[in-house]
Amino acid sequence: MSTGNALSAKRVRRRRVPAALLAPAVIGLAFLILPLAGLLARAPWTELPARLAEPEMLAALRLSLLTATAATALSLLFGVPIAWLLARGEFPGRSVLRALVTVPLVLPPVVGGVALLLVFGRNGIVGSWLYERFDITIPFSTTAVVLAMTFVSMPFLVVSVEGALRGADLRFEEAAATLGAGRWTVFTHVTLPMVAPGVLAGAVLCWARALGEFGATITFAGNFPGRTQTMPLAVYLALQSDLEAAIVLSLILLAVSVIVLASLRERWTAAP
Amino acid sequence: MSAATRPEAGGSTAGLDAHLVVDRGGFRLDLRLRVEPGETVALLGPNGAGKTTALRALAGLEALSGGHLVLNGEALDRPRSRTGRMRAARGGSQIDGAADRRGVRWTPPEERRIGVVFQDYLLFPHLTAIDNVAFGPRRRGLGRAEARVLAAAWLDRVGLGDFGKRRPKQLSGGQAQRVALARALATEPALLLLDEPLAALDARTRLDTRAELHRHLTGHTGPAIVVTHDPVDALMLADRLVVIEDGRAVQEGDAESVTARPRTDYIARLVGLNLYRGKAEGHQVVLDRGTHGATPAGTATDGDASAGAAPAAEHQDVGAPDGPVVLVASDPLEGPAFAAFPPSAVALYPERPEGSPRNTWRSTVSGVHRHGDNLRVQLDGPLKAAADVTPAAAAQLRLEPGRRVWATVKASEIRTYPA
Repeated sequence: MSTGNALSAKRVRRRRVPAALLAPAVIGLAFLILPLAGLLARAPWTELPARLAEPEMLAALRLSLLTATAATALSLLFGVPIAWLLARGEFPGRSVLRALVTVPLVLPPVVGGVALLLVFGRNGIVGSWLYERFDITIPFSTTAVVLAMTFVSMPFLVVSVEGALRGADLRFEEAAATLGAGRWTVFTHVTLPMVAPGVLAGAVLCWARALGEFGATITFAGNFPGRTQTMPLAVYLALQSDLEAAIVLSLILLAVSVIVLASLRERWTAAP
Repeated sequence: MSAATRPEAGGSTAGLDAHLVVDRGGFRLDLRLRVEPGETVALLGPNGAGKTTALRALAGLEALSGGHLVLNGEALDRPRSRTGRMRAARGGSQIDGAADRRGVRWTPPEERRIGVVFQDYLLFPHLTAIDNVAFGPRRRGLGRAEARVLAAAWLDRVGLGDFGKRRPKQLSGGQAQRVALARALATEPALLLLDEPLAALDARTRLDTRAELHRHLTGHTGPAIVVTHDPVDALMLADRLVVIEDGRAVQEGDAESVTARPRTDYIARLVGLNLYRGKAEGHQVVLDRGTHGATPAGTATDGDASAGAAPAAEHQDVGAPDGPVVLVASDPLEGPAFAAFPPSAVALYPERPEGSPRNTWRSTVSGVHRHGDNLRVQLDGPLKAAADVTPAAAAQLRLEPGRRVWATVKASEIRTYPA
């Protein structure tokens, strides 16, 4: 009896949070949550449907969804093989390569935009060749938006898929091999289905990052309504003339973020 | 690949002919293995003996560092290091001749036609049972519908016809094991490998599954190899046992010969025999000092100091306190020999028995455990041994650790055979 009381008392004591931690935690939480609440409070709820139907608004929304989806598709196409190489490949300089792949995660997006401009601009190594050979100009086009988004968001996918591949049990692939599956079949029929949750999480994260892209896009693709003006750019522009429009656009982006977070709930917000 | 097939002049090339050499950081597997078509061989050994390494080498999941692997006359693995040596060696056999002409060879696992039932079954979690079984046939070129029909037939054959739509997670251990077996057999493998096929099952499921597995192994026309550390599985499933320890075969033969004449402590323990190694001189076997349980009498773990300090040397029939320990058997033999007797052959007495058998020694009880309906008594003394007694006898003798008793074994109960 007495030991039981002692135990429960101990448990309570352990659970109590020290005041020195509690105060900054509460302030920090308020700092994170208040701006979102403010956005909701200022939202023109009654005019929302009408404002959402405005052509500029729809154009930005459409362009954002289109380019973010295209960027995600490109990231899947190239990012999954990169992830496989990093997780399974055995070659010198693999850790260096992994570091390079994750650079865009920490690089200021504007710098990424400048770098893309230098490579794909008319005077860039790839850009000049494309222009002279095929008369293609990439900067300040919708393609440039997609490339800028892919540049900043692909690392999210690579990191997520690589983690999933590292966690996958190789013995299943061995079992598949003994059943007559070659390397490619093993990848498509066993490896990929087994890491599918990781690929999906990476793709969602990648898509969300692409949707919010601003710096690299405005540097590399400019700000042309209907062509390169995505939602974040539209928000920034609207802020200077029409605050209400900026709030509506922000609400949409917030809603998308919440949906993404909810869909990744298990994976990213659950306690380990 | 079929071009590699070359009929041998002297005998059949059917079945498995392997010399598996795998070097891996301090561990070396060196195992010769021949398995005839339709024969099931059990690789039996303690953990870390190299059983699984051997199986992985056969399946092509690990490359040989030496030796050869020939299945139905077709070389699947023949590393470089071997060919030069073979050329220099007697070039008589089919393997050596083949090596001369064909040289280094490596067939990846997906082209080997070797079916494997893995220890944890490794059913693909994203596929239903039927798609798991159909996986192999699909890879061998069958259409989706055909493969499904074949898979359904195999599931039927293992008694799981109604479970095709289930995912591996929804199957019990025994069911998963049978799906894994069906998946391996559905590829019509030339060689069937089973890695601890029953280890993950509980005792009751194990019994049923073992019987069924035996039926399927009997029906399999190619060679089959079962890797196990469980002697009962090995005895029940296999036609022949190969016992491996430290990467080498230490004993080989059918169930009867291996269990009757164990050659290592590991097997002796498994089959429940007291085993000693020594030198036979006619009816006597002088046991090697300090190897197989023969220890000087004075070291007996004994709480009774006075008794322990003064072993009754004049009564030591099997050996003087510090002299060699000698066993007497009825069958004469010469040279290095094993001597074995079952624990049930040991009789225990509180006093030195009159008109006693040839092998009588004084010992100290070091442990008593339940063993079936009887008690198994561990005896310490000049001859370390296990003895089986009935609970009634144990009560009468007041057997408990530290108790000193007289142990006897009839000469006719001691089996001796050349080491």
